[in-house]
Amino acid sequence: MAYSDKVIDHYENPRNVGSFDKDEDGVGTGVVGAPACGDVMKLQIKINEEGVIEDAKFKTYGCGSAIASSSLVTEWVKGKTVDEALAIKNSDIAEALALPPVKIHCSVLAEDAIKAAVSDYKAKLGVADDGYEIRKSAA
Amino acid sequence: MSEMAPRNYFEFFQLPEMFRLDQSVLDSHYLELQARVHPDKAAHLSDVEKRLSLQWATFANEAYQTLKRPLERARYLLRIHGVDTREEDNTAMPAEFLLEQIEWREEMQDAIAGRSEAALDRLGFRLKKEMDHLIESLGAMLDVQQSHPDAAVLVRQLAFLEKLKRDLDQAHALLED
Repeated sequence: MAYSDKVIDHYENPRNVGSFDKDEDGVGTGVVGAPACGDVMKLQIKINEEGVIEDAKFKTYGCGSAIASSSLVTEWVKGKTVDEALAIKNSDIAEALALPPVKIHCSVLAEDAIKAAVSDYKAKLGVADDGYEIRKSAA
Repeated sequence: MSEMAPRNYFEFFQLPEMFRLDQSVLDSHYLELQARVHPDKAAHLSDVEKRLSLQWATFANEAYQTLKRPLERARYLLRIHGVDTREEDNTAMPAEFLLEQIEWREEMQDAIAGRSEAALDRLGFRLKKEMDHLIESLGAMLDVQQSHPDAAVLVRQLAFLEKLKRDLDQAHALLED
């Protein structure tokens, strides 16, 4: 399958690979996986006292599109507030990376990873949280 | 071949609709059917009959491939019960399970980087045990407790382990080169 230049760029030079200590204050960890392709994605965000995401790290085992989606997302969330980060949609990711239809689920995984990370951050803060809604369809 | 279309693959092979099945019974029923519908047997028949015979052979093959493999069998059984395993879009696996997957992947990467076939073997052995255990649980969930949504969770987990196994096999082949 032909990957777009942007996917190849993120795949070959992934940004922000790594981990934070998940128990550190202000760190939210989201782990999601897609059974259909066996991809696993761990996304961590570090949030300062103003509620702004200062830093983000990821670790993804999966195809090029899954790695590129998570790499791109770590770039995007930096400097955003938690709510702004939650507004990132999988369609934005898929469009930016020019993902083909069969790889849309990789962008869904990245969107769900952000939600899971924010949900974990809020749970750690003790903020009442209804959990996050899993998308019903992957388009 | 019976005139009546079978309701599903289990009925086709005269097997009970259960996850736990006797592989040898499945095998013998398949060989029997395959012998009866094999295209060579249809050489003297009319074109219509030949086409029918080929369709039956294809159906028998699909049915066998589906029931033979635990993951496919469980998925199929759930579909009969109207449960979609949603492996494309259900990303919320138990975090503990996913973190384990990351650990497997890391160990596999280390084994490949260290070109250690022994380490890959150890991983393969552990994975086999894990998969056997999961298949055992699936049997209990599907046949005894008959809790289909819970079984769907296990199917998603087994799908992960099977992918891991394929990647491990590939890593093996890579090191052998």
